[in-house]
Amino acid sequence: MAHDTTVQTAGHDEHHHESPVVFGFWVYLMTDCIIFGSLFAVFAVLRNQFNGGPTGHELFEFGGLGLETALLLISSITYGFGMIAAHKNQISQVIMWLGVTFLLGLGFVGLEVREFAHLIAEGAGPDRSAFLSAFFTLVSTHGLHVSCGLIWILTLMVQLMGTTEIPERMMNKLTCLSLFWHFLDIVWICVFSYVYLASMI
Amino acid sequence: MSTQTNSSGESHGSVSSYLVGFVLAVVLTVLSFLVVSTHSLSPMGTLAALSMLALVQVLVHLHYFLHMGGSSEQRWNNICFVFTVAFVTILIVGTVFIMTNTTMNMMSR
Repeated sequence: MAHDTTVQTAGHDEHHHESPVVFGFWVYLMTDCIIFGSLFAVFAVLRNQFNGGPTGHELFEFGGLGLETALLLISSITYGFGMIAAHKNQISQVIMWLGVTFLLGLGFVGLEVREFAHLIAEGAGPDRSAFLSAFFTLVSTHGLHVSCGLIWILTLMVQLMGTTEIPERMMNKLTCLSLFWHFLDIVWICVFSYVYLASMI
Repeated sequence: MSTQTNSSGESHGSVSSYLVGFVLAVVLTVLSFLVVSTHSLSPMGTLAALSMLALVQVLVHLHYFLHMGGSSEQRWNNICFVFTVAFVTILIVGTVFIMTNTTMNMMSR
């Protein structure tokens, strides 16, 4: 089924060219990737500097980690369903899927905050050892990104309410947020593999 | 419904492609957890298995969720991506290499 939304403006070109907005956002994501790369490098260097404090093996639990991972993974596919609905111009469906994604992301951030509060209460805060400083910096940077994504999802939900069609400008916003959200899930794969599971071996 | 294609191919996915990506991601995640929780491999073997599983899962996400591919309109995205991967690899491998050597030679373990 061909989409005719761009045909009236771009008759000379039957390809649906990616908007420069989306490409610009992709470049931003690549720089974000370098930030996370540096934080992973820091963690790799400091991962055994416990200073007599607790190790990852003693601190991390499978249950909470599995739940966080599941929430983020499911939120990826619900956002994907939202994008499919957006391409079909089904606005109420888009808002519904964005809402589901928002709740799953909120659950993830809530679990992470609870885990951090638990660690700090146990005396394993970021000031305890170099390992914990690197851990908190890396994981909370990811959590901060997810929180920004949540605000962005809410903003787009409000902007979509009461509209009857999705203009190209809105489609670009949804596509950028889609890239952002899936990118954060990729970062989380590296976090749960190298930060959590590798410390639990 | 499941075969939504337009002139740019599969640049924004379909219900079935998202489901395939999701199932693969779940299987790989569960395998990662099992490899660690069952202690069936040596520590180095576990780390190697975790790395392989993480790499495959990242590729699954890039293909099925971020819709990366070889089409010509994605060329600049791909060039940026390759540059970033090279940069981050040098950053991480170089940091670990230099800091390990420093630790060895400074006897500061």
